Amino acid sequence: MRRILRRRELVVDDWRYAGEEPAAGAAAGPGTAALAGAEVPMDAALIIPLAELRRDPTRWHGRCGRLGVRLGPADAVEELAGELPFLSLVALEFPNPGDGRGYSQARLLRERFGFRGELRAVGAGVRQDQVFLLARCGFDAIELAAGEDPQASQRAFSRYDVAYQPGSPQVAIRRQRFHARP
Amino acid sequence: MYRYDDLDQAFVEQRVAEFRDQTRRHLAGELSEDEFRPLRLRNGLYIQRHAPMLRIAIPYGLLSSRQLRKLADIARRYDRGYGHFTTRQNLQLNWPALADVPDILAELATVQMHAIQTSGNCVRNVTADHLAGIARDEIDDPRPYCEIIRQWATLHPEFTYLPRKFKIAVTGSPEDRAASEVHDIGLQLRRDAHGDIGFTVRAGGGLGRAPMIGQLIREFLPLPELLAYLEAILRVYNRHGRRDNINKARIKVLVKSLGVARFREEVETEWSAGRERAPRLEPAEIERMRAFFRPQPYEVLADFEVAAGREPAFQAWYRYNTRPHRVPGYRAVFVSLKAHGAVPGDMTSQQMEAVAELAERLSFGLVRTTHSQNLLLADVRQRDLYELWRQLAALGLAMPNIGTLTDMIACPGLDFCSLANAGTLGVARQIQQRFDDLDYLYDLGEIEIKMSGCMNACGHHHVGHIGILGVDKHGEQWYQISLGGSANGFTALGEVIGPSVPQDEVAATIGRIVETYRARRTEGERFIDTLRRLGLTPFREHAYAAHPAAA
Repeated sequence: MRRILRRRELVVDDWRYAGEEPAAGAAAGPGTAALAGAEVPMDAALIIPLAELRRDPTRWHGRCGRLGVRLGPADAVEELAGELPFLSLVALEFPNPGDGRGYSQARLLRERFGFRGELRAVGAGVRQDQVFLLARCGFDAIELAAGEDPQASQRAFSRYDVAYQPGSPQVAIRRQRFHARP
Repeated sequence: MYRYDDLDQAFVEQRVAEFRDQTRRHLAGELSEDEFRPLRLRNGLYIQRHAPMLRIAIPYGLLSSRQLRKLADIARRYDRGYGHFTTRQNLQLNWPALADVPDILAELATVQMHAIQTSGNCVRNVTADHLAGIARDEIDDPRPYCEIIRQWATLHPEFTYLPRKFKIAVTGSPEDRAASEVHDIGLQLRRDAHGDIGFTVRAGGGLGRAPMIGQLIREFLPLPELLAYLEAILRVYNRHGRRDNINKARIKVLVKSLGVARFREEVETEWSAGRERAPRLEPAEIERMRAFFRPQPYEVLADFEVAAGREPAFQAWYRYNTRPHRVPGYRAVFVSLKAHGAVPGDMTSQQMEAVAELAERLSFGLVRTTHSQNLLLADVRQRDLYELWRQLAALGLAMPNIGTLTDMIACPGLDFCSLANAGTLGVARQIQQRFDDLDYLYDLGEIEIKMSGCMNACGHHHVGHIGILGVDKHGEQWYQISLGGSANGFTALGEVIGPSVPQDEVAATIGRIVETYRARRTEGERFIDTLRRLGLTPFREHAYAAHPAAA
């Protein structure tokens, strides 16, 4: 069972990755579409790789279920700009904690392309020591890696109550200073 | 100098708490060494040959007496009573215990200091000209901008996991005393045709493997755009810099592979696209920062012939170890960490405390660290110089060799560093012994020796007039010698003169090189100028003349 911190709350993932077995207890709905040999209910919330969207965009635009796309660190978010109105979720992959490309992808999606859906950090590089930075770059969902303690990750959101850069929820130190000044 | 407000203070304290928890988790086995490494590196902690090494940040090289006393105290209580000042103006402790590091960081936080981002693949300590604010040729004081950059870069959410380390230097004078052209980003303050202040931006400089001089990216960047432009450069680098090979991950490789024109285009495009959301530097913020670096309350004094009628030793010190000051009646004074027989850049706790005391009495309670691994008392009344000299001499800190051959830069080398191929300290000692005659040193004049124990070039050997690089040759320590490098006004990379030489031949080889200079120089010509005029050939020929071992 995949564990997600969504806006800091621990929830069981209600999304399915393409090619993945349906989560236990989830009823397969009517109307299925084939993907890589797997049967996917038309109305399931489904995350597909960018390559799959690229291969057949019209097919995916016509789905009735919510659609998400998963990007690798080398993928250009610019490619996704036109697709964002169709997407409820973008998952960005951090293969290891040292690979910081996802932070730039996230800020671009949020700030330049105005993406308002779920922005999810996934992969082995998503650890509690990255949570504070991820949140400030616009991620609102953290997919907990195996062995990560959810409480520790939840606490990590508020490891600092000050920060030098804009972001949320803490206001940047510079702004605080100017607001404090008469 | 900059003073923390309660927000800055809260930040460093929370950083200490975070690292304390990370260290606890590591020691409890919850974080493996591989997982802990990037976290400890971002707090300045390396694991070295003998013990951890802690690199403490000295932002743009500025310290108060109180801070220097705290460093002395930490070095004594947690280390072996000394520290090592680096070319990037930081202080390294060579022997702290891992479990003590959170306490050391907590001690630092009590005097508004930290070790944040002094290592790891992130934006490092921002460095500046050591004569900032007092140089006669200065266009604007670089330190307010350094502090702005320091705050912007501190735990930047987007740029804390870059492909590789990232170094920024800012200089406010035409003469580049901060080696800004060999930094990942070099910012040079300048005025445009309207008299407005801005920056010339260079990127892609760096030493280490495949050294490169920074390329001109923008001739003039208006002040309010500083952070927006830095974000654009960092974003292009973070997205496109190589991550598959640590030796090709610096921004210089990206600049080179794209070509400077294409790199510039990428940066400018990103800058235009991101401008609306990027932080803009408001005039109020610049003014707030500038207020921290206002000129000292100088007395109204006149210049005078300080050395006239004094003993020759004082005259030599005055000539070599002091520099002109913008304000009449004052001088800037080097505290030489290059005594013959001592390790370049090393200083004992006792010396630190004594210098803190002298700074309080004679230089407004401030001390600076320099790129050349010395300290500087920036604002000394000329009438106090004689007394200061006597005090420094008693402390072993008045070696009158600043700017001469024995004012050399050296990394800690194989004796401490786990990356090094060869020792540097023994070679430094050998050079000090061979060139111990001050009259001879003075006759040679201005010569910069820079020495690194490995390719990573922490000793900046590529930009030494004489560069020395330690190499491992079948388990033995040999040294490659290069000539013609410079990072001061006219940046150039040195050229290797030929085969490397064994350890006991280094000083003798340098001896033959400088003898060639003495024989061939014209009246008053500096070593580097003779070298540029004649080229390497005559030096190369003589360097190996009496040297059968070289092959």
